[in-house]
Amino acid sequence: MLTATRPEAPARARRHGRPRRRASTPYVFLLVPLTLLVVFTYIPVVNMFWYSVTSWDGLSPTQEFVGLDNYVEIATRPELFGVLKVSLYYIGASVVQIVLALYFATILSFQTRLRNLFKGIIFFPYLINGVAIGMIFLFFFQPGGTLDAALSSVGLGSLSQQWLGDPDVVNYSLAGTSVWRYLGLNFVLFLGAIQSIPAHLYEAAELDGANRWDQFRHLILPGIRPVVGLSFILAVSGSLSVFEIPFIMTGGANESETFVIQTVNMAFKYYKLGLASAMAVVLLLIILLVTWVQRRVAPDERVDLS
Amino acid sequence: MKKPLAGLLALAAAALALAGCGGEDAGDDGKIGGEITVLTQRTDIVNTVFQDYKKKFEAKYPGTTVKFEAITDYEGEVRVRMNTEDYGDVLLIPNSVNADQLPAFFEPLGSVEELQGKYRFVRNEQTFGGKVYGLAITGNAQGYVFNKKIWTQAGVTQPPKTPQEFLDALKAIKEKTSATPLYTNYKDGWPLGQWEGSRGSVSGDPDAAIKLGKDDSPWAAGKEHFIIDSLLYDAVKAGYTEADPTTTNWEQSKGLLGTGKIATMMLGSWSIVQMQQAAPSADDIGYWPFPNQTGGKFHTVVSGDYKNAVNIHSKNKATARAWVDWFADESNYATDQGGVSPLKSAGMPKTLEGLTAAQTEFIEFNPAPKGEEGLAEKIGNAAEIALYDGKYRQGIVDAARGAKNQSKDQIFADLNKKWADTRAKLK
Repeated sequence: MLTATRPEAPARARRHGRPRRRASTPYVFLLVPLTLLVVFTYIPVVNMFWYSVTSWDGLSPTQEFVGLDNYVEIATRPELFGVLKVSLYYIGASVVQIVLALYFATILSFQTRLRNLFKGIIFFPYLINGVAIGMIFLFFFQPGGTLDAALSSVGLGSLSQQWLGDPDVVNYSLAGTSVWRYLGLNFVLFLGAIQSIPAHLYEAAELDGANRWDQFRHLILPGIRPVVGLSFILAVSGSLSVFEIPFIMTGGANESETFVIQTVNMAFKYYKLGLASAMAVVLLLIILLVTWVQRRVAPDERVDLS
Repeated sequence: MKKPLAGLLALAAAALALAGCGGEDAGDDGKIGGEITVLTQRTDIVNTVFQDYKKKFEAKYPGTTVKFEAITDYEGEVRVRMNTEDYGDVLLIPNSVNADQLPAFFEPLGSVEELQGKYRFVRNEQTFGGKVYGLAITGNAQGYVFNKKIWTQAGVTQPPKTPQEFLDALKAIKEKTSATPLYTNYKDGWPLGQWEGSRGSVSGDPDAAIKLGKDDSPWAAGKEHFIIDSLLYDAVKAGYTEADPTTTNWEQSKGLLGTGKIATMMLGSWSIVQMQQAAPSADDIGYWPFPNQTGGKFHTVVSGDYKNAVNIHSKNKATARAWVDWFADESNYATDQGGVSPLKSAGMPKTLEGLTAAQTEFIEFNPAPKGEEGLAEKIGNAAEIALYDGKYRQGIVDAARGAKNQSKDQIFADLNKKWADTRAKLK
């Protein structure tokens, strides 16, 4: 310690050994993250709750208090929830995404050739920012774009269609893009969990004659159950609040509007910031509710492999 | 009602802003001098043309310094910033500001009577209570921009006089050339909002905007919105527009029109210069009025683009005001950009030759009666139609190309109902 080297304080330092930590030290360190958290998360959220009971247009210096009018309006306009069916595409896609991620994580946790290369390839899309991905896939899905060219080069040209223009296809295209982007995150989570399973268990299983599939079913899957559960919760709440990819690629046009895009339009196209805030609060409640139900249906179990 | 947290935030923002200033402003002593910050949407020319303006202005008023802040998403960003006091000394009034909100944010520049002798667009745009809050940087006429070569190749050399003639022309283009007859720029949304610009040009009525705010069925047969949106619907339905509208790209589309891969786009006259720059020769680009005649004549509404205004919280209002006046009177911005000058003494620009050759009558909207300023836009937003936004016309395109199971009549009936219901609610 610095104090110990100063000539006037050696006795005290010696008597106490290492100087005791002041009780406030951890709080001083916490001050910075907590301030950031409060300023950029909690204050805006509290503000949002306040806006949701006003008829503010986002600009006017006065914010008129309207009580629960906005919530009543949401409850009496079922068409506002119609867009939630678009989320079903993304929920479906996230199941595919989790299964794929599990598959790749399992395979690449065994000794596979070029496994680090494949790990990199699978994780890489997650590092690109969402706007760039939207742009790339806009070109990818253009008529005569990358996808059509790739299809026709393998003789499947007849399959090409308006990937974003056809309202029956657009949500599959967008959800597919979303899978491409987020697969890497699930993959890394699963891979980390799998690698924390002790190696001697595999050896024991192999001695008992278990093949790869048996190892997966009885060893890996139970071993990473909490992470899989968490992934499902994140996937469902993410699907309900999907925004970035459809907003950049279609702006919510052509039946691809999601609840969050609708909220953003309400606030910044029609200038109903109060109603939009109320919609955001409602979405928050829906997500909390769904998460709660999920936790009840599949409660956390302690994992004990030994 | 109070808004304690928002107030705190605004305070914090103001404190930050003050800290940033360093207190070197000349102060609000009414003298021209010191530094001003000017917000602009022209990110493309802020480091070239605008630097030239800065030099000229600073030479005319020694002791002044002009700083620019160019903003890409001008509409969205500035509206949010206006919740603080720090939104530049001179700024363009965002289009979404309602007329009755002007006095809270901007310094009045003078009364309508004082200014209307010298300036265009001050009678009804960005005015409230008889006071003017902004001077236009330039002005636009309305119509459609097209590739002359392609239209000539299709045998059309005179502007179509009715929507049907226009559709026939598109048909001829489709049959005789390889160009896309009409491009909607659906994906970007706002180009479809430009169709709203034809309001007033179709009927030739200077009161069109006022009447719209009092109409319960703007989409009834024969009315302006019926004619505009029917034209869009019919053109898409007949297959005269791009095959996949969802993957259009505005920047690309300029080059495509310039080189004749696209024949026509419905855009304000501001687009002419940009199209000319994207074409091998400026002569390839033409501009004609909306295909509808009233009393045997074409009409086009001339209206101001963005308006320069002075922030009411500015610490240097005199210099800011000097910039607003200088920009309108001496910068020559409007003429250089091919637009209609805000000065009444200046003539119509060369870019609008196509309109004058077609004997088009140029009209300006009449000011709305007191208390009804911006009424149509208020109704449009409250009804979640947002006329100048492309979103509702995207719905029309979707229905016309068969991506949505709705007939034209159903769409228009639906729009009429929303409009009438909202009007009743707002009363």
